Amino acid sequence: MSSPILIDNVQKVFKTPGGDVVALKDINLTIQPGEFVCLLGPSGCGKSTLLNAVAGFQAPSDGQIVIDQKAIRSPGPDRGMVFQEYALFPWMSVAQNIAFGLEVQKKEKAEIGLVVNQLLDLLHLKDFRDRFPKDLSGGMRQRVAIARVLALDSPIMLMDEPFGALDALTRRNLQDELLRIWEKLGKTILFVTHSIEESIYLADRIVVMTYRPGTVKRDQIVAMPRPRDPASPAFNDLKRELGRLVMEEQQRHADAEMKLAAVD
Amino acid sequence: MRKIKDFAHGALVPVLVLILWEACSRAGLFSAVVMPAPSAVAAKWWAYLLPAQAQEAGQSWLAWAFSGELLHDAYSSLYRVIAGFIIGAGLALPLGLLMGANTRIYALFNPLMQILRPIPPIAYIPLAILWFGLGNPPSFFLIAIGAFFPVLMNTIAGVRQVDGIYLRAARNLGVGQWTMFTRVILPAATPYILAGVRIGIGTAFIVVIVSEMIAVNDGLGFRILEAREFMWSDKIIAGMITIGLLGLAIDTAVSRLNNHLLRWHRGLEH
Ligand SMILES: Nc1ncnc2c1ncn2[C@@H]1O[C@H](COP(=O)(O)OP(=O)(O)OP(=O)(O)O)[C@@H](O)[C@H]1O
Ligand SMILES: [Mg+2]
Repeated sequence: MSSPILIDNVQKVFKTPGGDVVALKDINLTIQPGEFVCLLGPSGCGKSTLLNAVAGFQAPSDGQIVIDQKAIRSPGPDRGMVFQEYALFPWMSVAQNIAFGLEVQKKEKAEIGLVVNQLLDLLHLKDFRDRFPKDLSGGMRQRVAIARVLALDSPIMLMDEPFGALDALTRRNLQDELLRIWEKLGKTILFVTHSIEESIYLADRIVVMTYRPGTVKRDQIVAMPRPRDPASPAFNDLKRELGRLVMEEQQRHADAEMKLAAVD
Repeated sequence: MRKIKDFAHGALVPVLVLILWEACSRAGLFSAVVMPAPSAVAAKWWAYLLPAQAQEAGQSWLAWAFSGELLHDAYSSLYRVIAGFIIGAGLALPLGLLMGANTRIYALFNPLMQILRPIPPIAYIPLAILWFGLGNPPSFFLIAIGAFFPVLMNTIAGVRQVDGIYLRAARNLGVGQWTMFTRVILPAATPYILAGVRIGIGTAFIVVIVSEMIAVNDGLGFRILEAREFMWSDKIIAGMITIGLLGLAIDTAVSRLNNHLLRWHRGLEH
């Protein structure tokens, strides 16, 4: 039932008063069903732009993204998205947030209740079901956001720096949870991060992007068995290697900013 | 204990004013017709509150209690405020949602609204009488106008400030237009809308008192104007105090409702 995500020659140009910004150029990727792929790169390299195109929030200027033999044109519950800012509905309780996507699909009450309870269990949220988001910690909120997307039972999960705002411990904890859920439910995950360590810890495959125009700099398979030990030599070799690639792009970013500043 | 202390602290100035006022009256500093003593006002207020006749056989306790002038007047005024407010806010809310959400509808209606908005509801009195005659309808009309604009402006602002991230999250969950309105935009805008409701009720309460001075023969506004004709200054002041108490009660009720509806909101403790 699940199909690969085909990213076919995607370009994205933003027209701005200061001239065109080529955010994405010649992106060609195929993401297999069940694969865990990280998009890695410095700030501004187009990771969110690519993810938003897959989500259907922003159409590419050229090229297309095909899932199930259909080109993506709009957002939809087959591609659940977890945002860095959580984006929970603050006026809904934890349980209501999780149930909302199913209510939209007009599922039966009993079924919704069942799914919500399962997800509360799965993400250890049972004691928080009637809390409002404002009363939750960042880590808890992101659990709810993940549960909300899992409720859709979509084959694909898109995540834009979901753990970027969390402290290191909570972050590791949620990374482990995510891996556990991914192994259990067999989702395809496209995960944006600018943390090299996070990408090596999680991904089957890491796509390193260049800065302006955003292209694929390296498509790196990570073959290490899980759970991965960030202290192991193999982990650190890869970390050094990817670090070098990202630093190059970071440098280009910094140079570009310097040039801009000089023009001002 | 702390509460009692706070209360005593808050009561200090009003009590001092009352004592000073009473002392001045007793010393004969001003005439009782122009400025009655607080004790006289209190006595009048009590008489105004009590039912005129003894409870009749078969009459329910509630009906008897409300046969007193004060409760009857307070009830009439409150009824007009609520009815007028529901009409005004009931029109402002959907229009505000549409104007906030759709720039073309906004551009269509905004010029008219900007012209009408500065006209105080009081200025509509002649038209209100011409159109609706006497009785409750002109009051409803004036109060509705008083409530309309605060609710409208705040609803528009509320819809506009809805964080785009909620809209994106909702679209990602497959939400259609109607659900987006009712379950995302409307609740996200409620803090603003309720602030408008509070201002709107305040305006409605001012307008009801004025409107009762022109077209009806009960209500608190009518009563204090009537008392003036007989030079009953004690009753005028008793009526004014009742207006103050009713206003306070309404505002407390609205603020309670606010706290309940916004219990999810960051800015509020409880
Ligand atoms: N709406 C827009 N209009 C103009 N330029 C844009 C717009 N959105 C993004 N850009 C530009 O496109 C480039 C890619 O942006 P994008 O948000 O995808 O980067 P990112 O890799 O997600 O960065 P970050 O790690 O900071 O989130 C950036 O240089 C940005 O300035
Ligand atoms: Mg981004």
